[in-house]
Amino acid sequence: MIRDFEGVIVKTVCRAITPVIQLYGLYVIAHGHYSPGGGFQGGCILAASFILMVLAYDMKAVKKRMSEKLNTIFCSLGVIIYAGIGLLCLILGANFLDYGILHKILPADPAHSRSLGILGVEIGVGFTVMAVMVSIFLNIASGGEHEEEGEER
Amino acid sequence: MRFPALITVLMTTAMLAYATLDMPGWGDPSSPASTHVSPVYIQEAYEKTATPNIVTAVLADYRSHDTLGETVVIFTAGIACMMLLRRQK
Repeated sequence: MIRDFEGVIVKTVCRAITPVIQLYGLYVIAHGHYSPGGGFQGGCILAASFILMVLAYDMKAVKKRMSEKLNTIFCSLGVIIYAGIGLLCLILGANFLDYGILHKILPADPAHSRSLGILGVEIGVGFTVMAVMVSIFLNIASGGEHEEEGEER
Repeated sequence: MRFPALITVLMTTAMLAYATLDMPGWGDPSSPASTHVSPVYIQEAYEKTATPNIVTAVLADYRSHDTLGETVVIFTAGIACMMLLRRQK
């Protein structure tokens, strides 16, 4: 069980560095088109920022910002975004995950709508990877003791 | 008990090592992997997907079914971890 940790320097540095890590995670997801990166890597970086918060503070501080319920919703939301983009292509009359057809609803030519489809898919992957990493870490670190935030209040 | 296991491991190692002799050389331009779809990806990926990073284009466009499967695997791992570890009070 991770308890609250008495260290002003550690806490302050972690609190200052967390937004930078999260911004970098978003950059890695969004910049996957031009440099190494993408949903998996960016999602892991985003999850690392939450894990750093757990290590420097305690689990309650993180669960207050990222509750178990929200985390589980993010888990499935990523897969839904991914499969939803695929189904959208299917509805518009192309194959599953054939983003070229998205030019019918996006203001772009087929090549750029493929690029945007890739971005959407990467965002979905990022959501799922982030939520699953945080969820696995919280479950293992707490030994599965699940405290509902609603019950405490 | 351990001796047959050692023999099995050694035989498998020898078989795998023998199988690698048939592999094409590193970066061989005439190997099957480099002549089948890779040239098409390298030539067409930018025009067709407007994505300068070919790795991303292959990962999320040409092989997006595979990546969807990977995402579902991660999702399943998370759900399984939740179901196995979580105790209801």
